Amino acid sequence: MKLLKLVPEGTNIDFMRWRTVALVISTLLTIASISYTVYRGLNLGIDFVGGEVVRVEFAQPVSTDQLRGQVNALCGCEAGITTLGSDRTYQIRLPKPSGPQSASDAMVSKLRIVIPQEHAGARVDSGEAVSGKVSEELADSSALAIALAMLGIAVYIWFRFEWQFGVGALLTLAHDISMTLGFFAFTRLPVDLNVVAAFLTILGYSLNDTVVIYDRIREDLRKYRRMAILPLINVSLNETLARTVVTSITVLIALGILLLIGPEVIRGLAIAIFLGVLIGTYSSIYISAPVLVWLGVKPDSFLKTDEKDSAQPETA
Amino acid sequence: MLEFPRWKVWLIGIVIAIGVFLSIPSLIAKSPLENHWPSWLPNYKISLGLDLAGGSHLLMEADASDMQRHRLQQMQDSVETELRHDPAIQVGDMSTAGGRLSFLVRDPLQVDAAVERMRNLTKPLALTGNRDWDVQVVDSTRIVLTPTPAGTAQALKDAMSTARDVVRKRIDPTGTKEITVVTEGGNRVLVEVPGVENPEALKKLIGQTARLEFKLVDLSANPADVKAGHAPPGSEVVPMADGTGAIAVKRRVMVGGEQISNAVQSFDENGRPDINITFDSAGARRFGRTTQENVGKPFAIILDGRVLSYPTIESPILGGNAQITGNFTVQSAHDLAVSLKSGALPVTLNFIEERTISAELGQDSIHKGIIASIVSVIAVIIFMLVTYGRFGVYATIALIVNAFLILGVMAMFNATLTLPGIAGFILTIGAAVDANVLINERIREEIRRGRRLIDAVETGYHEAFRAIFDANVTHVISASIMAYFGTGPVRGFAVVLLIGVVTSVFTAVYFTRMLVALWIRRTRPRELHI
Repeated sequence: MKLLKLVPEGTNIDFMRWRTVALVISTLLTIASISYTVYRGLNLGIDFVGGEVVRVEFAQPVSTDQLRGQVNALCGCEAGITTLGSDRTYQIRLPKPSGPQSASDAMVSKLRIVIPQEHAGARVDSGEAVSGKVSEELADSSALAIALAMLGIAVYIWFRFEWQFGVGALLTLAHDISMTLGFFAFTRLPVDLNVVAAFLTILGYSLNDTVVIYDRIREDLRKYRRMAILPLINVSLNETLARTVVTSITVLIALGILLLIGPEVIRGLAIAIFLGVLIGTYSSIYISAPVLVWLGVKPDSFLKTDEKDSAQPETA
Repeated sequence: MLEFPRWKVWLIGIVIAIGVFLSIPSLIAKSPLENHWPSWLPNYKISLGLDLAGGSHLLMEADASDMQRHRLQQMQDSVETELRHDPAIQVGDMSTAGGRLSFLVRDPLQVDAAVERMRNLTKPLALTGNRDWDVQVVDSTRIVLTPTPAGTAQALKDAMSTARDVVRKRIDPTGTKEITVVTEGGNRVLVEVPGVENPEALKKLIGQTARLEFKLVDLSANPADVKAGHAPPGSEVVPMADGTGAIAVKRRVMVGGEQISNAVQSFDENGRPDINITFDSAGARRFGRTTQENVGKPFAIILDGRVLSYPTIESPILGGNAQITGNFTVQSAHDLAVSLKSGALPVTLNFIEERTISAELGQDSIHKGIIASIVSVIAVIIFMLVTYGRFGVYATIALIVNAFLILGVMAMFNATLTLPGIAGFILTIGAAVDANVLINERIREEIRRGRRLIDAVETGYHEAFRAIFDANVTHVISASIMAYFGTGPVRGFAVVLLIGVVTSVFTAVYFTRMLVALWIRRTRPRELHI
């Protein structure tokens, strides 16, 4: 049987040739992403801004306008009505419940009673009410979790490699997160707690790629002492290219299936990770690696380690 | 490479066998096979999160200001009782303004005696050396009692643990349901009840403070003053529960809800639902005595600061039984009976977060999640087989074993599977495959460089492991942070990821290495098709 080789043997792509172009594009896109996110804001779910969400499944098709009219009349507010796939399943989003009782006198309770009365056979599938206080805490702890994860990972890389690698990893992560945020701001997909889990996963995945490439760069730095840094990085990238491609495709296959036939409730999470894998693969090649060049990594960057190695001759 | 000692093979085999064994009860749960699992075998199961099982998640926060008010009130009651013991101490101008209790001692010579009595009312706090109230003399005749921060904190802590027990008793009087009731962050109670379709009944049941008090109606009060919200000294104005004005009642409590030994829902002579309560012996004595002394006068039944009714005492009530009537339905009377029996909440709890998912939606999510998992595993397997041939087969076996191990470990720790957990599961499969991809690509590379077969395999595993290790540590870092900071679903995701990282290193590295070693030893291949 002939085995599939997605990356032919002897592939030698001059990745670093386009590093300046890539950098300019990446920087522009990152700035665009951040400014767009700041300007437009994210479509934050009730987890982070408070509010109520009810998911209803009707026995007969119902029009959005009809439902909106009913809900608005009931709550005296502007309800956000979205269909979930068909005109029989709807998500109703209501503003934050006010007053000290917050979630206890929520509209969710009223909708639970009224909807089955007005639509025979309708079923309230889920109802959530989050007060402003809880949502603020969730937002804070999520932001803290992402920041800590970035920092923790960067420190680990710094320990395992050199400081330049730690900085490179941190810049790569910042790039990935801002691009993903930009995507969410642009598509208006709701950002909820699951999406935060996705962000943390993207951090882990993107780092996974970066680590593999850094590991190879370190190995090649020791192996080819006389090679200039740019061709050396090219060699490392090409050596790991097959792995990068195969792994990315595998993960994208798994996530793509989750996206297509998985439960809708985690669609946001799946989209975020899917996108993160694409961005992460790109950034590990065009951000992580070139950063090392600019930060002045040279074959003697591992000299201290090498001295230790020469004291104990390598066994491998 | 070829030296793969027999004990290692056995060890790996045993670990896998245990993992598979532990995962079986969770896999056959809710199927007809479940009953065939021998009862003498360990029966660890993965529990399903509320997003999969359906149910209610309710977060409540204590109203601290309400608690402080209540504490101040209690202090005032005990100060009045204490001072009654010593007729020489005459006091006046008692006030609770500004969260402090203050009063004037009329006879300056009695100030020291009064302070001494006040000191005895305060309690020392364990370990800190502080007392729960601070007693001070201001302007030589005014005594001021201020709650200390440590005392308030201790009171809140005690109140929260009582509140937790009370809430649990109300939802689950028999103590047999699988519910979670925990205090969180010092002033919150989290309740998770699986299988609840409509949380409204639940919220009514646990949200009610149920502080019941019997107090005499103050007949001396001027109705116009009461309307304006003013009551004579020693009395207070309490609104009616049905909104029809307010009445003045004596501050002193005849009997309180804490002296109730039993409460059941019943019907009055007109067939309307009411609640039949029984006092404990001390409560019955007090109630009997007070009613004896006040025949012909009305007393108020007050629930959570609202008057339910104020019947007139027609004859002394000595049996220790009383009926509470009000505007009840059978359900609300029943709920109130349950609440009274479980005791009052020591502090008012407000709902600040509510999430309820129906069992149907949960079922639908499990169904789709499982199908997506299976399809993605199959797709990944096919991709592995066409890419790596024999080594793809090994990666596949490792993948399947890994799935069993993750389930087994989760079952062992009785971990909760949530919807994001399923996504975590799929992602872990991706990460596990990555380890094999790294190894296999490295072997390909080493062969291309002209190494001999065994050498290439050896170097491949050796060199790839470094990157696999570092990559997995970064996953562990982000997953641990998620597990620590995350709530509910996110934590479920992190737990699966953490377990998956560990099991996937085991299966993708050690287990496949064993398979490869055994194959090479058996067939002594001359060349590698990879």
